[in-house]
Amino acid sequence: MYGFLIGVGVLLLLSIIWMVYRIQTLVSVVKGSDKKIVTGSNKINAILFVLFLLGFGFLMFWYSIKEFGNYQLPIASEHGVVTDKLFWVTMAVTGVVFLITHVLLFVFPYKYQYREDRKASFYPDNNKLEVIWTAVPGVVLAVLVITGWMAWSDITAPAPEKAHVVEIMGYQFAWEVRYPGKDNVLGDYDYRLITASNSHGVDFTDKNALDDFPSPKVVIPKGEPVLFKIRARDVLHSVFAPHMRLKMDAVPGMPTRFWFVPTKTTAEMRIELNDPEFEYEIACTEICGRGHFSMKKVIEVVEPEAYQKWLAEQKSFIQQNPALAENLPAEMKELAEIQLSESKK
Amino acid sequence: MATASVAHHDAAHHDHHEHEHHDNFITKYIFTQDHKMIGKQFLVTGIFWALIGGFLSILFRLQLGFPDMNLEFLRPLLGGWIDEGGKLDPTFYLALVTMHGTIMVFFVLTAGLSGTFSNFLIPLQIGARDMASGFMNMLSYWFFFLSSVVMFISLFIKTGPAGGGWVVYPPLSALEQAIPGSGLGMTLWLVAMTFFIASSLLGGINYITTVINLRTKGMSFSRLPLTIWAFFLTAVIGLLSFPVLFAAALLLVFDRSFGTSFYLSDIYVAGEALPNTGGSPVLFQHLFWFLGHPEVYIVLLPALGITSEVIATNSRKPIFGYKAMIISMLGITILSFIVWAHHMFVSGMNPFLGSIFMFLTLIIAVPSAVKVFNYLTTLWRGNLIFTPGMLFSIGLVSFFISGGLTGIFLGNSAIDIQLHDTYFVVAHFHLVMGSASFFGLLAGVYHWFPKMFGRMMDARLGYIHFWLTFVGVYLVFFPMHYIGIAGFPRRYYSWTNFEFSNMYTDLNMFVSVAAIVTFSAQFIFLFNFFYSMYRGRKATQNPWRSTTLEWTTPIEPGHGNWPGEIPTVYRWPYDYSKPGAAEDFIPQTVPLSQTPESNLPHEQEQVKLELEIMKEEEEVLVANESKH
Repeated sequence: MYGFLIGVGVLLLLSIIWMVYRIQTLVSVVKGSDKKIVTGSNKINAILFVLFLLGFGFLMFWYSIKEFGNYQLPIASEHGVVTDKLFWVTMAVTGVVFLITHVLLFVFPYKYQYREDRKASFYPDNNKLEVIWTAVPGVVLAVLVITGWMAWSDITAPAPEKAHVVEIMGYQFAWEVRYPGKDNVLGDYDYRLITASNSHGVDFTDKNALDDFPSPKVVIPKGEPVLFKIRARDVLHSVFAPHMRLKMDAVPGMPTRFWFVPTKTTAEMRIELNDPEFEYEIACTEICGRGHFSMKKVIEVVEPEAYQKWLAEQKSFIQQNPALAENLPAEMKELAEIQLSESKK
Repeated sequence: MATASVAHHDAAHHDHHEHEHHDNFITKYIFTQDHKMIGKQFLVTGIFWALIGGFLSILFRLQLGFPDMNLEFLRPLLGGWIDEGGKLDPTFYLALVTMHGTIMVFFVLTAGLSGTFSNFLIPLQIGARDMASGFMNMLSYWFFFLSSVVMFISLFIKTGPAGGGWVVYPPLSALEQAIPGSGLGMTLWLVAMTFFIASSLLGGINYITTVINLRTKGMSFSRLPLTIWAFFLTAVIGLLSFPVLFAAALLLVFDRSFGTSFYLSDIYVAGEALPNTGGSPVLFQHLFWFLGHPEVYIVLLPALGITSEVIATNSRKPIFGYKAMIISMLGITILSFIVWAHHMFVSGMNPFLGSIFMFLTLIIAVPSAVKVFNYLTTLWRGNLIFTPGMLFSIGLVSFFISGGLTGIFLGNSAIDIQLHDTYFVVAHFHLVMGSASFFGLLAGVYHWFPKMFGRMMDARLGYIHFWLTFVGVYLVFFPMHYIGIAGFPRRYYSWTNFEFSNMYTDLNMFVSVAAIVTFSAQFIFLFNFFYSMYRGRKATQNPWRSTTLEWTTPIEPGHGNWPGEIPTVYRWPYDYSKPGAAEDFIPQTVPLSQTPESNLPHEQEQVKLELEIMKEEEEVLVANESKH
């Protein structure tokens, strides 16, 4: 019944619009306005451009200022301060260009709207102007690029040797985290070794792997360099830690990396934001299938001492599941058993 | 005077047809070799696809704006893609964004824009009877049609259409186990794109050949309208880059079906380790973006060309910096091939490559800036007539600025780390590539509709359409910048899983409402388009008082365009408001020797040469006549 009524309503509305349209067409034919070069609409359109400029300009400034605290995420890494500064410098430069060009673009239509008694000025070219507005953007862009390039080179430079290594592996649809253990060297892995009990495909015949341990979340120390070694098990994923200003694709068959220095512990951030629930998060930013929007991992930034303490408490893969060491060659098995017995003490 | 010449043309037109061939329905409307009809075929197919592509975006905007909405009412259309709870299936959501992208980029803004206007305008504006090869031109459309049919069918299959994003990055697009859309849906996608590429190449070869070889007497490259320059360069870009997409797709087909490992390596999926090793997913990204980035300019350059023409005509002023415009388009053409890896700053490729591509990318901003300044100066001290085409052109310039400036952020690899694959990117390319090109398309339709169908579109409906769309587009895409700066990732079914993105539900709702209103406003255009085709006011021969050649043809030109001789060109296409001239425009066909009152000093010198040439021609003509 409602559907029928809505249908009738829409039909009525359409027929009214139709009538209005026909009437205005006929009126314009009678008035002969269709033979003129411009009609009154020309002025209306010119005015609308100015109104649009004012209205939209106001909306933009109002919302940008009102929402600043919302869309500007707090920064929690050293390089994040640099890239955010670049972002806002670029915003200032492009903002000025945006305003000037748009004021001109929308004021000219008003100012130079058609008048029968005026002729447009014949002004086909001016090489001086062209050179100026080739060179000026060129120079400005060069400055932006060079500062950007310097930041980029620093960010992508090899990680300091003492960086804490964390391996993050993406798969459909979660992340798994592996720590290198005491030796700070991750053991080898091979995707063919992946089983239900060895989801990382860690190769335990490599002795570096014996002290590797998994973790349900990424725990890292504040103020010290951290190196994310990133890989994927099935399709492309991308590690995105928005507060760290960090993003790097996880590529099956090609390990990638990103190093950074976190600057605020989770606890500090909770106080700063007055949000006792706050957590640093990792999200996926490379389309990877049905669960793409739910690949969440928590990062916990702690003080360096707390980090060392946490490290000492962790149990390696082998300790958690001694069965993993069962099929190892004899001498490796021995090493694994020494480790197991050590942990029991 | 004007009516007399029209009547004369009409008479000649009939004569011409009398002793030429008679077209039947099939050869006139279906398997036609007339470039004008082929252009219209591309246009109508493009409009059809734009509606589908737009509708798909409304579906996923419903999900994003109203995540709790019961979508049960869509079940008759989407069937099993609506689950028991009345929610959109997350896999289908990905298929929707994938198909929206594919359709809009390739079927609407490449075929619908370039296909329509290159076909329609090149012969008319350079003074040719038709394309260099009418048959290839016909094939070009029918390959596109075939491609359309295959892509359309893929929307309805059980496992759904391709769902790995329009960039179809493997391994996701190669592994059926990873997403159901990578099964039959992806196969159909690849088949459709193969036909599409064939269509583009056939079209492109034709456009290039026609522009080089079939220009009328006097139509030197320095007298070509900027539209033709744009179409020409677009075709060159397409010809050089589409084959690379074909290669990328072919290798993907091998990986999918024949067990090769071009893109696949070390994969454990669905409880099984695959045998593939040694491939590189990043290789595909390089190949894809080698087309993918030039593709941006394939959709943008024709729109900029159309805008140049429409703005000059309706400002009653020559386009400012004609040569600078050509040089900047040439610059964009060349640079477009060496910036592709800025899509891949965080793909894991060598960061040194990232540095190189950052420098190259920001260079391409310079010619784009030059174009904007030239548009602004063209408006300055003009005598502006706001036809719907002009409004859409001004809108295009606005989008080009807004979206272009955000490109400076994204082209800077350090800033891109945070912004990559967030809504900031979505806002950026929807403005600069999507909306700007779409406005170019609409500007072109409003401007050349009288030439296409011999009737005028209703201007007032055009104004309403423009203002709703222009404001609507900004309301849809501008808020996305805020969401993007906040770090909201693209292609997310929902953002509530994460604390950092668990906000802006109000803004997303607003965007969705704006999108629905903007989409609805397009039906005003549709009505105007089809109604005016049959019942619109009859057009005059040169309704916009324009200088270019297409307006010297009869109101409804037949196959062959000009009933008599093809006109000769004596001047550049932008003699608007020339000092001393009686009218505010001088068509390209008026010899300099006839306008001594408005000639510039250097043109006065050319008059002598022009007279000599005309005299020689006269003699040849007389000699030919006497032979008969």
